[in-house]
Amino acid sequence: MTLTTRRSVTKAAPARHRPRRKDRAVEALWGYAFIAPVGLGLAVFYLWPVLQTAYFSFTEWGAFGGHTWTGLENYLRLAVDPEMGRALVNTLTYTVLGLLAIPLAIVFAALLNTKGLRGVGVYRTMFFLPVVTMPVAIAMVWRWLYNGDYGLINQVLSLVGIDGPNWIADPATALPALVVVGIWSSVGYNLIIFLAGMQAIPKEYYEAAAIDGAGPVRQFFKVTLPLLSPTAFFVSVVSVIGSLQLFDLVYVMSGSGSSARSNPAFPRLETVVQLFYERAFVTNDRGYAAAIVMALLMLIIALTAFQFRLQRRWVHYG
Amino acid sequence: MRKSARLGAAVFGVVLAVSACSAGGDEPAATAGQEKVTLSYAMWDNNQKPVMEELGKAFTAAHPNITVNVQLTPWEGYWTKLKAAATGGAAPDVFWMNGPNFQLYASNGVIRPLEEEITKDKVDLSVYPKPLIDLYTFDGKHFGLPKDMDTIGVWYNKSLFDAKKVPYPADDWTWSDFNEAAAKLSDPAKGVYGTAAQLTSFQEYQYNTIDQAGGFVISPDGKKSGYDNPQTIEGLRFWTDLIKNKQSPDLKTMTDTFPLQLFEAGKIAMYWGGSWNVSEFAKNDYTKDKVDVAPLPKGQKQATIIHGVANVVSAKTGHPAQAWEFVKFLGSKQAADILGKKGPIPAYNGTQSAWVAAHPEFKLQTFLDAVAYAAPFPVSKNTAAWNEAELTYLTKAWTGEEPVEKAAAELATAMNALLAKE
Repeated sequence: MTLTTRRSVTKAAPARHRPRRKDRAVEALWGYAFIAPVGLGLAVFYLWPVLQTAYFSFTEWGAFGGHTWTGLENYLRLAVDPEMGRALVNTLTYTVLGLLAIPLAIVFAALLNTKGLRGVGVYRTMFFLPVVTMPVAIAMVWRWLYNGDYGLINQVLSLVGIDGPNWIADPATALPALVVVGIWSSVGYNLIIFLAGMQAIPKEYYEAAAIDGAGPVRQFFKVTLPLLSPTAFFVSVVSVIGSLQLFDLVYVMSGSGSSARSNPAFPRLETVVQLFYERAFVTNDRGYAAAIVMALLMLIIALTAFQFRLQRRWVHYG
Repeated sequence: MRKSARLGAAVFGVVLAVSACSAGGDEPAATAGQEKVTLSYAMWDNNQKPVMEELGKAFTAAHPNITVNVQLTPWEGYWTKLKAAATGGAAPDVFWMNGPNFQLYASNGVIRPLEEEITKDKVDLSVYPKPLIDLYTFDGKHFGLPKDMDTIGVWYNKSLFDAKKVPYPADDWTWSDFNEAAAKLSDPAKGVYGTAAQLTSFQEYQYNTIDQAGGFVISPDGKKSGYDNPQTIEGLRFWTDLIKNKQSPDLKTMTDTFPLQLFEAGKIAMYWGGSWNVSEFAKNDYTKDKVDVAPLPKGQKQATIIHGVANVVSAKTGHPAQAWEFVKFLGSKQAADILGKKGPIPAYNGTQSAWVAAHPEFKLQTFLDAVAYAAPFPVSKNTAAWNEAELTYLTKAWTGEEPVEKAAAELATAMNALLAKE
């Protein structure tokens, strides 16, 4: 950011004012002064805890503080913990399936972007509503929708003679059911971003394409999609990170708190952050919990770096 | 999803921040004197907040220099917050303690032993049920005075019994009487079941039948699991058989709709519940005139789990003398009389008649009579760790995926490993 601004400043006004070395130092100082409040907040509330957590992941940390250095023991335990493996598989499956929200959001955004469509604001609000709703409230409502005996979904299915399952208590359906809620609650956010991305595409491209004889479908694939790829890249990075940190939705939907474990589908629902929560705050195994989140942090960094590498293949910047 | 990420980070951050900020908060210890002191008193039950405040005022009336600040933290966040505060040395002066958490706090030196004070002030501990005194004893030292108590009974739906012409439970009924009634009351086609073999509340379910079968959950020295004991397994099989025979909903159904909700919708005829359910059932439009309570059925022997909350003092309180005065007052007959009119059953023997009289529509004496054969709540230093294992392993027996012996044996192995680490 700072690089580009500086370059554009010097480019724009080279003749009028040649900044001296001292001026630039003062300017930089002001810059740091302005970001200091945010930087300080980040350092105190994010960076410091992360460093502390990293340290604690090499210790055995009691319920009330007081820790002893155990070296790599937590990580060795983590490597062979079947529960961690299971939670990792669930989390990654959820993340991959959750990516379906992106094409879905693009389609909806394209529909909303149709010229002359009436009531765009109403649709936009409708799609965006789940985003501003508390995840816990969403989870509670969906829990009832999915209820095997009294849920709305199974009531509707019974009208056509289908005996629906206990959606979130059945190991076969629990994770897909969770993914549906995840997509439903995130599609609105993605849609707004894609809509903005589409509206930023210059009209001239479409006019040129139309003159060349491209119909609406061809225009969508040849103009809209490629020019939307930077937006799609941003959305996919953000949603992968979000999915990997999934907690509140599954915490409430699987049976709220300690009873979640008695859900027969729990082995298919448990996420990495949920396991972290239980180790840190329920079973008082905090050093181990710290190792779990450090592993998750590494995974997030690795997957994000991987996405940045991959983007060269498919992202077009105008 | 994004919110969840931030929430997780925020929770963790706050916990760390709390521990960082309050690390230097130790106040110099003050002796009981004439200075004005405010004691913080933490509790988790919103329903009991008014009566706790009333008790605080009654205490201030007798000790004009000490005021009490009642701090409510709802159950969901109570232990997390208390742990963070205690880690930072800023725990409330006096707070509610329960059985499963007690040894963790006592063994880590977070709460103060009250042995000397009890001896010095000649507090008579025999006025409380013995299992409760034992529950709050660690390393031979007493750490708290019991505040209230609860026992378990069978809440039953009279109209479902009438509809199937099944006689109401007798006071001396047995497991086989219970099973017979459950069979007659069940009507799976209508979604009505004799009972619900709830997996998630061991206090109301498994621990009782394990004791009734002559088994045990944890050895008296707290070192060994009892889940591989054949009699303990019989106590578990009592429940898995009910599911197998379709006299209880299956685990999936109970995951979707909790047994309490099913009972309050007339889908369950017999619900094993605590004395704390009284206020709920008295208020609920469906249950208020349809249900009553009977003692737990007898297995090899008669048994019910007894539990109660105790008041304990923080080891780092700046006012240990005043805090003890308050705890002593809360454990007194005067306090129990106030509590009994509004709240749960007071632990002080002989003060419970007001509690029984409050709801003449239920046979509440049942819960008091049960104290005579009550068994202690099984705990150890890190109870939460094996409580989690109980759910992890027994879920497989409850779904029928594994025979109950096998699941219980696996649980015993896991629990023994956890106990060895304590």
